[in-house]
Amino acid sequence: MWIDAITDFESGKRLVAVKNVSLSEDHIHDHFPAQGEKSAMPVMPNSLIVEGMAQTAGILVGSVNGFREKVVLAKITRAVIERDVLPGRTIRYDASLERMDSAGAATTGTIEMLDHSTGEATLIGRVELVFSHIDNNMSGMEFPEHNFVFSDNFRTILKSAGLESLCD
Amino acid sequence: MALSRTEVESRVASVLEEALGVDADEITPEATLINDLGAESIDFLDISFQLEKAFEDECSPETPFKIEQGELFPENVLNDPELVEDGRLTDNGMALLKEKMPHVDFSDFESDRSVGKIPELFTVKTLVDFCERKLALCAA
Repeated sequence: MWIDAITDFESGKRLVAVKNVSLSEDHIHDHFPAQGEKSAMPVMPNSLIVEGMAQTAGILVGSVNGFREKVVLAKITRAVIERDVLPGRTIRYDASLERMDSAGAATTGTIEMLDHSTGEATLIGRVELVFSHIDNNMSGMEFPEHNFVFSDNFRTILKSAGLESLCD
Repeated sequence: MALSRTEVESRVASVLEEALGVDADEITPEATLINDLGAESIDFLDISFQLEKAFEDECSPETPFKIEQGELFPENVLNDPELVEDGRLTDNGMALLKEKMPHVDFSDFESDRSVGKIPELFTVKTLVDFCERKLALCAA
């Protein structure tokens, strides 16, 4: 999972989640490692920041139908990230539902970086996504009946936020 | 007041620029969405959402500018043996497309009916015609 906790939820409208970036995460040591005389520069990869937004927005979309739909990220319409996120910072994803129908959904979202040394929150990016309800979209294809998209990890995060009733 | 054809074309072009990441000069009335502008299947969902947003203020909440799934192109046509035979649309298939897609000009397509040529039906002009028809309905 690329989010740690849900902090705000407005049913069918908005979901906010946070991710704490830590030097103890393995992936950050490869992005970017020391090379020759150049020292290491560990920053959160932007691709994973976008994935964090996709998970935040995906939970928002999935919650509308009680997580019965298989909600899959279909398109990154726009992604702009303007600052590096260093270990020790927190990323806050604020996702809003723009449109939704039986075929899928479109979301917009902002990304903030919280710097705990100053207490400041800085807007660092915007992401627009399109999700597909794959059972309704992939003509002629069949998928497993159980919802493999929203796994136990998603349910754990929902439970931590007191939102487990959304899965009922 | 009803939008002019030019205004509808302009809004459709803006949607296509945004959804497909193409330049404005690539968007001509004859340009096909799939072959010329590189649209993939999921782009049609994105385009539908963005068209709804672009024209929502022109319609009332009672008759919203809403594009239903399968409205731009009817679903499951290509998998139905009654509608497609040997890679070409049958009479039933042709009749269904005409009924479901009144915004499309089939005059060039009808003599061939090859499934492989279906992507050529979706031009920028087709999309503008589609939006004009929907706007006329929601204003009626």
